[in-house]
Amino acid sequence: MKSSDQLSVFSGQWFSRFACVLLGGALALSVMPRVCAQENKPWEKIPIPQLHQFKPQQPKRVALKNGIVLFLQEDHELPFVSGSVLIPGGSRDEDAAKCGLVDLYGQTWRTSGTEKLNGDAMDDLLEAKAAHIETGGDLDSTALSWESLKADKDQVYDLAMDLLFHPKFDQQKLRLAQQQDATGIVRRNDDEGQIAGREAMKLVYGADSPYARQPELSTISKVTVADLQAWHDRSLGGKLIVAVSGDFDSAAMEAKLRATFEKLPTAKPNPPNQYKVAGPTPGVYFVNKEDVNQSNVQIVGVGLDRHNPDVPSVAMMNDVFGGGFSSRLFQTVRTRYGLAYAVGGGLSFAWDHPGTFDATVMPRSDKTVEAIQRSFDVMTSLVSQPFTEDELKRAKDNILNSFLFRYDTKAKVLAERVRLEFYGYPPDYLETYKAALEKVTVADLNAAAKKYIHPDKYAVLVVGNKSEINPGLDTLKMGPVHDIDITIPGTSGGGGGGAEKEQ
Amino acid sequence: MMQRNLPGRLPAMAAIFAAAFFSCAGYSQDMKSFEQRITTKVLPNGLTILICERPEAPVFSYSTFIDAGDVDDPSGESGLAHMFEHLAFKGTSQIGTTDYAAEKVALDKVEAANNALEAELRNPAGANAQKVAELKKSFDDAQKAALKFVVPNQFTEVAERNGAHGLNAQTGLDETTYFWSMPENRLELWAWLESSRLVDTVPREFYKERSVVEEERHMRTDSNPEGRLIEQLLATAFVAHNYGRSGVGWPSELSQITATEAMAFHKKYYVGSNIVVSVVGDVKASEAMPVLEKYFGKVPGGPKPLEMTTVEPKQFAEKRVVIREQTQPFYVEGYHRPNYRDPDDAVFDAIQDIMSNGRVARLYRSLVRDQQIAADAEGFSPFPGDKYPGLFAFYAVPVPGKTPDQMATAIHKEIDRLKTTDVTDGELAMYKTRARADLLRGLANNQGLANALAEYQTRYGDWRELFRQLDRVDKVTKADIRRVANQTFIASNRTVAEIDTAATASAAAGQAAPAKNEGGQK
Repeated sequence: MKSSDQLSVFSGQWFSRFACVLLGGALALSVMPRVCAQENKPWEKIPIPQLHQFKPQQPKRVALKNGIVLFLQEDHELPFVSGSVLIPGGSRDEDAAKCGLVDLYGQTWRTSGTEKLNGDAMDDLLEAKAAHIETGGDLDSTALSWESLKADKDQVYDLAMDLLFHPKFDQQKLRLAQQQDATGIVRRNDDEGQIAGREAMKLVYGADSPYARQPELSTISKVTVADLQAWHDRSLGGKLIVAVSGDFDSAAMEAKLRATFEKLPTAKPNPPNQYKVAGPTPGVYFVNKEDVNQSNVQIVGVGLDRHNPDVPSVAMMNDVFGGGFSSRLFQTVRTRYGLAYAVGGGLSFAWDHPGTFDATVMPRSDKTVEAIQRSFDVMTSLVSQPFTEDELKRAKDNILNSFLFRYDTKAKVLAERVRLEFYGYPPDYLETYKAALEKVTVADLNAAAKKYIHPDKYAVLVVGNKSEINPGLDTLKMGPVHDIDITIPGTSGGGGGGAEKEQ
Repeated sequence: MMQRNLPGRLPAMAAIFAAAFFSCAGYSQDMKSFEQRITTKVLPNGLTILICERPEAPVFSYSTFIDAGDVDDPSGESGLAHMFEHLAFKGTSQIGTTDYAAEKVALDKVEAANNALEAELRNPAGANAQKVAELKKSFDDAQKAALKFVVPNQFTEVAERNGAHGLNAQTGLDETTYFWSMPENRLELWAWLESSRLVDTVPREFYKERSVVEEERHMRTDSNPEGRLIEQLLATAFVAHNYGRSGVGWPSELSQITATEAMAFHKKYYVGSNIVVSVVGDVKASEAMPVLEKYFGKVPGGPKPLEMTTVEPKQFAEKRVVIREQTQPFYVEGYHRPNYRDPDDAVFDAIQDIMSNGRVARLYRSLVRDQQIAADAEGFSPFPGDKYPGLFAFYAVPVPGKTPDQMATAIHKEIDRLKTTDVTDGELAMYKTRARADLLRGLANNQGLANALAEYQTRYGDWRELFRQLDRVDKVTKADIRRVANQTFIASNRTVAEIDTAATASAAAGQAAPAKNEGGQK
C-alpha cells in the first residue's frame, strides 16, 4: 500500500536532512532583460468571485487562578482527541556544561514512564490502541502531548497526566538516550547541509551562545537521572499552557482539565530572556569537505525580533528578496544563471529574540564564487535599486492572498493561539499583522532595506570541496579565508571519524 | 519542484477507518459518506476528474496525477520525466512570453544550435576544440536571443499571486504529480493554469533548467552519503528493470537530454487516458465540474501508452556493495518482492508494521533498546516504487563503535524469528488497528486526500479501493506472515549496501573497495 522513493524512504531522524530550500527573490533589476509589455493576459480575464464567508473557529480560552491557561478546540470531523501541555524553559536555559540535557530529558521522560507503568509497558498499551503519548524538548520549552481515538480518550488522558506528574526517570533509558545522541554527534559532519546550518548559527550568535552551542560527547555524558528529575520539578512549576482539540464536549472536557490543573500551586513567572546577540564578524569562512561536488553557501547576519514594529515591512521586503519563484534572488541565481537548484533567503523573525539574516545558495563547486557574487549583487540591489510599485503589489498579492492558509484548519488556529499565549502576544495578533501588511508602502520597503540589509556586515560561510572550488574563495577579495575546524572533540577522526571509539 | 521524494500512497490511506470504530456494519457508513461527497467523470479525451466536497474552510487542494515517471524514460535518457516536470513550470504559448510566434522561431534555433554542439562533442574521432568553442558561442547566442521573449517564472508568479500554497511537483519512478492549494474563488483560474501547462508546454529556458536539475542531483545524490548509497543499492539489486536506474538521471545522460526529447515524452505520456485530476475542498461538484470539463477537455486524447514491459529476472546470487569513505557506517539490505497488485501486498505491510512501527517494533526493541547496537533500525517497502516489483528493505544506523556486520547479524536474527515462529495475536491485531487509524487520520487534510484519491483512482481505476483495502488488511493471518517471510527473505534474493568508514578520503580512494566475502545465508 505504501510506496516511497529513494529520498523519503528513510523518514527517521537520520534521514530527515533532505529538506530543500526553495525560497525565492524577485527580479534583480540590474541584470534582468527588459521585456516588452505583454498585451494579452488571458488569465486576467478570468473572473474571481467573492470568497466564501469564513470565520475561523477560535478555541475557548480558560485562565485558571494559578496562572495556567487552558484552550479547548472542538472538532468533530474525525473521532480523535489530542492534547498537549507546553512547559516554559528549554535548551537555551540549560547549563552549558551539560549541553544536551533538555534533549535527553525529552527522550527519557517518555521512555522511562511512571511508577505505575514503565515506558515499555506504556508503549505496548498505547500502540495496541493506535494511540500516542510523547514528550520532547525544544529551544525554549518542553512539551507532553497525547492523541487517541475518542473511545480511549479518558484512559489515555489519565496515562498522560500520570506521566506529567509522576515520571520515574530511569538510568537505563537515560543511557539509551545518551547513546542515541552520541550517534548523532559523531555523525554530524557527514552531511554538508547539517554542517552549514550549524556553523552559520555559530557565526551569527557566537559559538557559545545558547542559540548556537552544540552538545558534545563530554557534555551529554555528564547528565544524570537526578539532573532530569530536577529539571522536571523546576519547569513544572512554570506557567503551563494546556491545549486539547478533537471530538469531545467542551463543558465536560473543561471540567476534567480544571480538576487536574486547578489544584496546582500558583505558577512561577517565566524568567526574562536576556540573551544578547553579537552578530557575525564579517569575512569568509570555510569548511573543507572532500566528498562533495556542490558547495553549501550561507551568507548570514542578524535578523529581527518579532516585536519589532518594522516586521511587516521586512516581511514584504523578504518576499521581494528571496520569497518565491518571482523573488530577485531566485530569478537571478536560479532562473537567469542556472547556478543552483536550492536558493533562498531573508531576515527571519524569532518570537522573543533576534532571528537571522540568511541567504542560502547551493551551486556546483566551480561556480561557488560566481554564485556568491550574484547573491551579493542581489543583496546590494535591495539598497541601491529602489523598490517598485509592481514589486510591492506582487509581494502583497503573494502574502495576502495565501494568508488564509495560516488558519484554514482548526488545528492551525489552536496552534497559533497557543504560540501567541506562550510568547505573550495579543490573541488578535494575526489580524493586526495582516492589517499592517496591507498598509506597507514602497517607501517602507526602501527604509527597511536601508535599515536592515547590510552586506558589509555579513559573514560568508562555504562548506565545500576545496580541490574543486576554482576560482578559489580568495578571488572574492573579501579578506583572508578563515578555515573552521569542525573536528568532533572526543573522537579520533578528523572530519567524520570516531566510529571506532565507544563512548 | 521538484523534490523527487514521493511520499506516494499515503500510509495506508486514510479511509478505511470507520469500520471497527463505528459500527458492525463495517465501513459502509463511511464509504457512503464519501460516495455522497465524491463525483467522478471521465471526459471524452479519457482524462478523469474527481471532485471531493469538504467545505471546512474556503480553500481547495488539487493533485494532477500522471501515470508516468522516470521508469518510463527511454534508454539513454534517464531523468527525462523529471526534466519534463521542471519544464511544466516554465509557462505556455500564452503565459511567460511577450511574443510567442517570434519566441518559437528563436527556440527552434536554440535546439538546432544545441544539436550541432552535441554532435561535435560526441564526435567519435574526438571533438575539435575550436569548433566546439564556435558552436558553444552560437548556442549561447541562440539562448540569449530566445531569452528576450521570456517573462521569467510568470506561470508560478500568477499562481503565487493568487494565493497558491504548497506549490510543487514530484517525479517518482512510477508517476509524476503536480499539486498546490488555493482560495476557493480561484478555482477557474487554477483550471486555466493547470490545463494550459498540461496541453501547451513550451520548452522555454530548457538548457538552463537542465543545469538546475544537475545541481539537484549534486545536492540529493552526489553530495549526500545516503543518496550515494541508495543509488548503488538499487543499481546493484536490479539488473534489467528500470528501478535500478538513477531516477534523477545518470550524469552523462542527464547532461545530454534535449528539449526535443522532453517534448516527445510529453506527447506520448501526457494524454487524457494517462491523467487523473482530483480536487478536494470547498467546491460544489455541480458548479465546478462544468468548469473543469471546459478546461481539461483540451488535453489531447489518444490511447493509454503501453506500460514498460521489462520484468526483472529472478535473483539467484546474493550481492553486496561496499562504499569505503569518510562518513559514518551505515547498513541497508533489500529483497525483491512483488508489486502492489499482489495478493500478499497487505502481508508485506503487516511485516513492515510489526518490524518497524514505533517503540514496540521488533527491530527497535532488539537492536536499539536491548542490544543497544543501533540508533535506528527499520524495514520499509515497497521500494523504490510500487507499480512494478520492487524491494523490501531493512536499514540500521550503528551507534559509535558498532559495525555494519553487526547490523546484518541482528537484522537476520529478527528475520529468522519471523520465519520460524508466528507473530503474536497482539502484534497482528495492533497492525490492523493502526492501519485503520492511520487511514482515518489522513482524511482531514485536503492535499493528502487529493493525492490519495488521485493515486487510487489511477492505480485501481476506482477511488473506493482506498477504503476497500481494509478487507485485505483484515484477512492477513499469522501463517501468511511466516509464508511470505520464508519466500522473500532468503540470501539469494538479497542485495546488501553498506558504508564502511575510512580514516581519510585518500585512504578510501586508495582501497577501491575490494569485494568482501560473500555473506552466505546467515
